Amino acid sequence: MIEQTVFYIFSALLLLSAGLMITVRNPVFAALFLILSFFSTSAIWLLLEAEFLAITLVVVYVGAVMILFMFVVMMLDINLSALREGFARYLPIGGMVAISMALSMVLVINAGEFGLASDTVQRHGADYSNTKELGVALYTHYLYPFEIAGAILLVAIIAAITLTMRGPRSSKAQKPGEQVLVKSTDRLRIIKMKSEGADSEPEKDPLAESKLAQSEDITVKKESL
Amino acid sequence: MEWIRNNLITPLVEQLFPAAVHTHAVFTIETVFKIAVIIVPVLFTVAYLTYAERKVIGFIQGRIGPNRVGFFGFSFWGLGQPIADAFKLMFKEIIVPSGANKALFIAAPILSLAPSLAAWAVIPFGDTLVLADINAGLLYVLALTSLAVYGVIIAGWASNSKYAFLGAMRSVAQIVSYEIAMGFALVGVLVASGSLNLGDIVAAQNGSMVHWFWLPLLPLAVIYFISGVVETNRAPFDVAEGESEIVAGFHVDYGGMAFSVFFMAEYANMIIIAILISVMFFGGWLSPFQGILPDSVFDVPMIGTLLGEGIHWLLVKTSFFLFMFLWIRATFPRYRYDQIMRLGWKIFIPITIVWLIVVAVMVVTNMPWWFD
Amino acid sequence: MIKNTARYIKSLFLLELIKGLRLTGRYLFKRKITVQYPEEKTPQSQRFRGLHALRRYENGEERCIACKLCEAVCPAVAITIESEEREDGSRRTTLYDIDLSKCIYCGFCEESCPVDAIVETRIFEYHGEKRSDLIMTKEMLLEIGDQAEEQIAKDRAEDAPYR
Repeated sequence: MIEQTVFYIFSALLLLSAGLMITVRNPVFAALFLILSFFSTSAIWLLLEAEFLAITLVVVYVGAVMILFMFVVMMLDINLSALREGFARYLPIGGMVAISMALSMVLVINAGEFGLASDTVQRHGADYSNTKELGVALYTHYLYPFEIAGAILLVAIIAAITLTMRGPRSSKAQKPGEQVLVKSTDRLRIIKMKSEGADSEPEKDPLAESKLAQSEDITVKKESL
Repeated sequence: MEWIRNNLITPLVEQLFPAAVHTHAVFTIETVFKIAVIIVPVLFTVAYLTYAERKVIGFIQGRIGPNRVGFFGFSFWGLGQPIADAFKLMFKEIIVPSGANKALFIAAPILSLAPSLAAWAVIPFGDTLVLADINAGLLYVLALTSLAVYGVIIAGWASNSKYAFLGAMRSVAQIVSYEIAMGFALVGVLVASGSLNLGDIVAAQNGSMVHWFWLPLLPLAVIYFISGVVETNRAPFDVAEGESEIVAGFHVDYGGMAFSVFFMAEYANMIIIAILISVMFFGGWLSPFQGILPDSVFDVPMIGTLLGEGIHWLLVKTSFFLFMFLWIRATFPRYRYDQIMRLGWKIFIPITIVWLIVVAVMVVTNMPWWFD
Repeated sequence: MIKNTARYIKSLFLLELIKGLRLTGRYLFKRKITVQYPEEKTPQSQRFRGLHALRRYENGEERCIACKLCEAVCPAVAITIESEEREDGSRRTTLYDIDLSKCIYCGFCEESCPVDAIVETRIFEYHGEKRSDLIMTKEMLLEIGDQAEEQIAKDRAEDAPYR
């Protein structure tokens, strides 16, 4: 009973936040609602005892992907009124796309398709580790697809880097590696000098004389004024 | 716990609720009670950590730190200071800047404090002393530490201020970068212990001080600690606050209780990091004398409890790492921003990957002492 | 090569950071030098430049002869002096105000005074609750001088060889 209540609470939250995500005008709020919908999804997965997947969803999407999203969205300077234009014009086409997508999803994710006809989840004991089961499945039964997926991701990373890289940089950027190697002896030379005046006999102070001359000058000037 | 459930909670529930919901009510009240037992000392520790910080840094700088505010007219080395600070902040007005997004502005401090308190749910204080003994405890902690960044980024954006925004950007980039090294360090622990459950991780370190994971995973332990310092935005990685450049970073516009919630979140995160290091690399509640002293010593009534395993060892280890946080803050000057990024991406991540392979080899070959 | 290896090991094991930590760790246990102000105070020089005072001669006659040198030398223009002839024919001040909110406590007034009338005492613990409280009139300055005369005279005597 309680479990069902929790499920309905989180499903409602998920639907609400997903709906708000696409209707809200401010992109930052849209990103935040997307985060909320991820959270609700992960809560529902937790109810299915899929704690590894649920937490991974939070770590990967909420903890990393969405932060980068927020990063970009917050730095954009978006004219909100421009976004509102053309809503009615694109409504029919957008609606048709949405309906056809929804239809195809219903056809594909038919409960019978995945043998999910039974409405109760198989319960396991406390010592059952979802993570271990996933690991075993991934690294034995699905090893090749998993490795291929990894390779494709690696290719994507390298491709992204090659696309954006424009040859070696010849900038004047600082190289901390070289900076930290610098010792004080590289920059500063300490010279030992014999001190003057200590052993030589005190002569007439040339400074005092010049001072005197200066003061005389001043008096002369004053008189001439 | 049993005693409290049987003698306090059950009679109360029987009086207040209808019989149909008794078991649920007992469970709920018991859990709330357990949460209070964890959270109240945590908040108390947060308050006194600020005091300890001021004292330790003062001592290192040849000063004596706060020593005036006390209780009942006695100064008690200034032990009343955190409480006085808390009251002062509570009675200050929370000013919402014009042009700020009010809802998010208020939500941001809560978003930064909540994850750091929620992470306490899976921390094992002893063999059975854990609120939620879940299988994916390590992942849960990783998820929650990565969530703390939302408080910062939302605070920076909602304040509608350049400095706050710059601070938030710095903080986010820094936390996202070090999350990877931190995650890899956690993977090392996972490989070494073969479990994501924090209690099992401690159990896997059973033996003696050299069986603890700090020795086989030394680089990972060091990297985890340093990444922890970065994640909590503490000196020398506190460019997010960078007083000399951007005033106070993401919380420039916050005052009063809203500011102090950010402050509490920072310190609660520090405690979480310290306790996680103790659990994952330094044997949690295990005693350092285990394996050194003969087993018969642990059977001696008083001394045995003191020297044997128990929550007090976890507290000692955590306090040590908290002290390290303060010590490091008092010692090192602030990093330059590009150097922080370089350290995270070009040094920590390669080291962790290399050491992951080393750990995997050690586990596969059943290296004696640790993995036999 | 060996140098490079040594360098790598040094930075890998964070040796320099540990050195720094050791240094600050030592300072943790060193004697603290904080002066706990209201109970403890730092020693003052006899040349301490605090609150101003106007002195009198031993027979009670005020020293100030209204030469206005202090007013002229004051870099912050904090001193205002007006003078008149007294019944006995001597020139005395009728107004001698020092605006403490302007004063920078440089001590030039004290140095310029030909009769050692305006001096700066060792008093530094005073406050005003409004701006007008910080304007010291002639009467107030004379009273401070009367109260602190003993200390002022002692300090002057001690410092006399260096003047």
